Amino acid sequence: MSAQASATHPRGLSRLLIYGSLGLFALFYMLPLFVMIVTSLKSLDEIHSGTMLSLPVAPTFDAWEKAWSSACSGLSCNGVKGYFVNSIRMVVPAVVISAMLGAFNGYVLTKWRFTGHRWIFGLMLFGCFIPFQVVLVPTARLLGSLGLANTTTGLVLVHVVYGIGFTTLFFRNFYIAFPDELVRAAMLDGAGFFQIFFRILLPSSLPIIVVTVIYQFTNIWNDFLFGSSFAAGEAAPMTVALNNLVNSSTGVKEYNVNMAAAIFAALPTLFVYLVAGRYFVRGLMAGAVKG
Amino acid sequence: MTVTTLTTSRTPRAEGGIGWLEANLPKIVLAPSFALTLVFVYGFILWTVYLSFSKSRLVPNYDFVGLEQYYRLWSIPNWYVALTNLAIYGTLYITFSLILGLLIAILLDQRIRAEGLLRAIYLYPMAVSFIVTGTAWQWFLNPGLGLDRVMHAWGWQSFTFAWLIDPRMAIYTIVIAGVWQTSGFVMAMFLAGLRGIDNEIIKAAQIDGASTPKIYWRVIIPQLRPVFLSALIVLAHMAIKSYDLVIALTGGGPGNATEMPSTFMYSYTFSRNQMGVGAASAVIMLMTISALIVPYLYSELREKKT
Amino acid sequence: MKCFRELMTAVMVAGALSIGTARADESVEVLHWWTSGGEAKALNILKETLQKQGVTWKDMPVAGGGGTQAMTALKARVAAGNPPAAVQLLGYDVTDWAEEGALADISAVAEKNGWDKVVPPALQAFSKYKGKWIAAPVNVHSTNWVWLNKALYDKAGGKAPENWDEFIALLDKFKAAGVTALAQGGAPWQDATVFDSVVITTGGIDFYKKALIDLDATALGSDTMTKVFERMSKLRSYFDSNRAGRDWNLATAMVIKGEAGAQIMGDWAKGEFAAAGKKPGEDFVCIRFPGTQGVVTFNADQFAAFKVGKEQQEAQFKLVADVEDPSFQSSFNVIKGSAPARIDVPDTAFDSCGKKAIADLKEASTKGTLIGSFAHGHASRANIKLAMYDVITRELNGQLEPAAAAKALVAAVKNAQ
Repeated sequence: MSAQASATHPRGLSRLLIYGSLGLFALFYMLPLFVMIVTSLKSLDEIHSGTMLSLPVAPTFDAWEKAWSSACSGLSCNGVKGYFVNSIRMVVPAVVISAMLGAFNGYVLTKWRFTGHRWIFGLMLFGCFIPFQVVLVPTARLLGSLGLANTTTGLVLVHVVYGIGFTTLFFRNFYIAFPDELVRAAMLDGAGFFQIFFRILLPSSLPIIVVTVIYQFTNIWNDFLFGSSFAAGEAAPMTVALNNLVNSSTGVKEYNVNMAAAIFAALPTLFVYLVAGRYFVRGLMAGAVKG
Repeated sequence: MTVTTLTTSRTPRAEGGIGWLEANLPKIVLAPSFALTLVFVYGFILWTVYLSFSKSRLVPNYDFVGLEQYYRLWSIPNWYVALTNLAIYGTLYITFSLILGLLIAILLDQRIRAEGLLRAIYLYPMAVSFIVTGTAWQWFLNPGLGLDRVMHAWGWQSFTFAWLIDPRMAIYTIVIAGVWQTSGFVMAMFLAGLRGIDNEIIKAAQIDGASTPKIYWRVIIPQLRPVFLSALIVLAHMAIKSYDLVIALTGGGPGNATEMPSTFMYSYTFSRNQMGVGAASAVIMLMTISALIVPYLYSELREKKT
Repeated sequence: MKCFRELMTAVMVAGALSIGTARADESVEVLHWWTSGGEAKALNILKETLQKQGVTWKDMPVAGGGGTQAMTALKARVAAGNPPAAVQLLGYDVTDWAEEGALADISAVAEKNGWDKVVPPALQAFSKYKGKWIAAPVNVHSTNWVWLNKALYDKAGGKAPENWDEFIALLDKFKAAGVTALAQGGAPWQDATVFDSVVITTGGIDFYKKALIDLDATALGSDTMTKVFERMSKLRSYFDSNRAGRDWNLATAMVIKGEAGAQIMGDWAKGEFAAAGKKPGEDFVCIRFPGTQGVVTFNADQFAAFKVGKEQQEAQFKLVADVEDPSFQSSFNVIKGSAPARIDVPDTAFDSCGKKAIADLKEASTKGTLIGSFAHGHASRANIKLAMYDVITRELNGQLEPAAAAKALVAAVKNAQ
């Protein structure tokens, strides 16, 4: 795989330089996370009197407890735990559906080409770039007329629609590198459209599925604009609750609670990245971004 | 290898009915996604374009007023600030993300121990929402609270880092935070690209006696051209769309020094009840995006993929 | 057989019952951005009162930007065709929505409870549209206050400044004592809040009306306005250098802790002092901005009633009625730091600053010096207000000279209309 590393693989001082630079960069990336974790373990007095980077004198998980079960987000002071469930209920279907659609679209656009397939792909791809504020009001109106206003279903639909561009892109670029001979051989054996997909393509698609899932999960989990506009209140996703916690206009800013809540909000995505990080790079290599 | 149109190589099992269905199944499968895109993307773009010619203020209003909103847009000083900031931010953000991403990818590709851990460290910023990291960065860059204070506490009294509150320099703090957020993702793209390069070419160059830096510069990096393009597009669209980042870090300030087209558009549509002006700015933004994306799409789709 | 008949009866009874109860949806969805612990406590009083009346409160909090995000969510909901039953709105935002025909007529409730007599007329201007009540005012904040740290204030002489020059003298004493003289945050609306007071103290209430409410171009570009901006620049010399991006309540915290001498802020700042356990007269002092005593620039939160389906109307009416209930008005405003929206609420539960606020309000309302705060959307529409914010904040940040700022103000107003 990284065979050229053996050829260009330096030794000794260069090695030191490389590790040194990587270490420095890692520091730069880790700093905000370090600040967040360290702050969440301090008491408010310590935060006000000490410096940002100083370690907590007497680390405590009080802020974490408060963030999880008793911090106020509006009138209900039950922490962020309830909103976790809302987010998961919304993210999982959205990711699954948009990934499935992307897979089918990629399959069609590469193995069943028809006239104008490039135009269609191009048009769908452009949808990736539309700023969400532009479509907020018309989407709201459309959802309203469909009777889906302020429901989780409506929010899932919105995320699916605006995710199709990316998922199609990833799968399409992946399947384009997939050998056509295999598909043709299957057809000669009498396999139908769906059979070819499920028996031939899908089993080899694990890397790109993981890539798509990670990308979609990240973006949908962290979305605030659609969440606050289409599902505020009881069914609000995690980001809305977090925003209510952190951006309250009045009251003492409990930085430790805010940081703890923020870490909770980030845990699922961090988990997904850490665990599936390996696949991510492998998947990307398989064509998600190659031209 | 010829481009196969797989549909016509099959003999339809029956006339009409099932046969038609099977012959057109691919298109039928693609149709819902395409239809949704037509409505939710292009339909709404057209709607926004219409609104930019209308009298809309608080809510959509369909009275046609010609180019009035555009005249208004171009006479707002803030809009020019926003456009300038986008140019500065976009150029720096994209350039530094590309350079940093490529550099780290090359370093990581040198058979490093703990590569998995390092990769996760570089990647995680993308995963974390800016509502979350915005506060941390604000602290960090805030003179008197953040880096400044830490440096003073460590004894370096004359250190000042007051970019965040300086109207001229605040935009560069956004560049720093932006690069932090996405360069890991760029790194992942380049790493994947590096791992896909054909070994033979490298070996050939080495046999010719080329030094390592020269190999990278002349052979490997040019091979990464497709990845550069993809990274460029991802970065460009993020630069244009960046809203959470700006609001969380500077709120558009100090004053209006870090206004961006995305914050401008949001403010005029939703806060200032001038939906018409917001729509006009959105149309300009979309035109900018098209100017970047359409050439890429053209080059991407022009190539015969066989 | 008997079994079957019993079953059918049960089904019919259940059917009849369900038809009966399905008619009225006893729940109200309320959109607001009162998300901090103190405000939650205050609003819970309303929630519980409604609970006793059989109405469920469906909370829809959206924090951020002092209502910015909430307004976006509101627009989405209105576009979707199912607005919340009640929305926290301020000043001209209420009027804007009323013009779009989105608000419901709650005059019936108002008449039944005699709101016309007890809500100050200046306030009613925003709660009514074309003579019909469309919103229930929750409180009356005012913006022309200065909050002082008592210890520092006493050291500087302990005498309340009564005009601009005395105020500057006081600030100089703070500066000499080595603390930040004036604590100020970073957001444009905070700059505009200071602007409110400086305009009144410099040009008087008539100038304020002419320039900020009538938007008269000569007044906006006049020498008086230039003088206003010069005074703003003078105030800037008393700020500390770290104010960019600072939240308003962190600036208040500076006064609480004695790091700063004074803050020019609306009376929601009192809530911060209370939350820190500070008492008026002992730990902090509240005075009207020097030169503005007798005038109250107000800023009132209202629950605007949006048009909802017939099933929700009854619950909605109960909500707005409860908002004006005197005991709720008292409890809520004690916590919030504002004055009640009706002038017949006894001031027994309020602290000394609260009592002063209530007394000032009554006086101003009678004398006709109760006017809407420009900084908080009670003098002009959002587009104009924000366009003027742009100029004010740039001037206060040193990016515009005072004379140029006055001219820019004229241009900004003209352009935003």
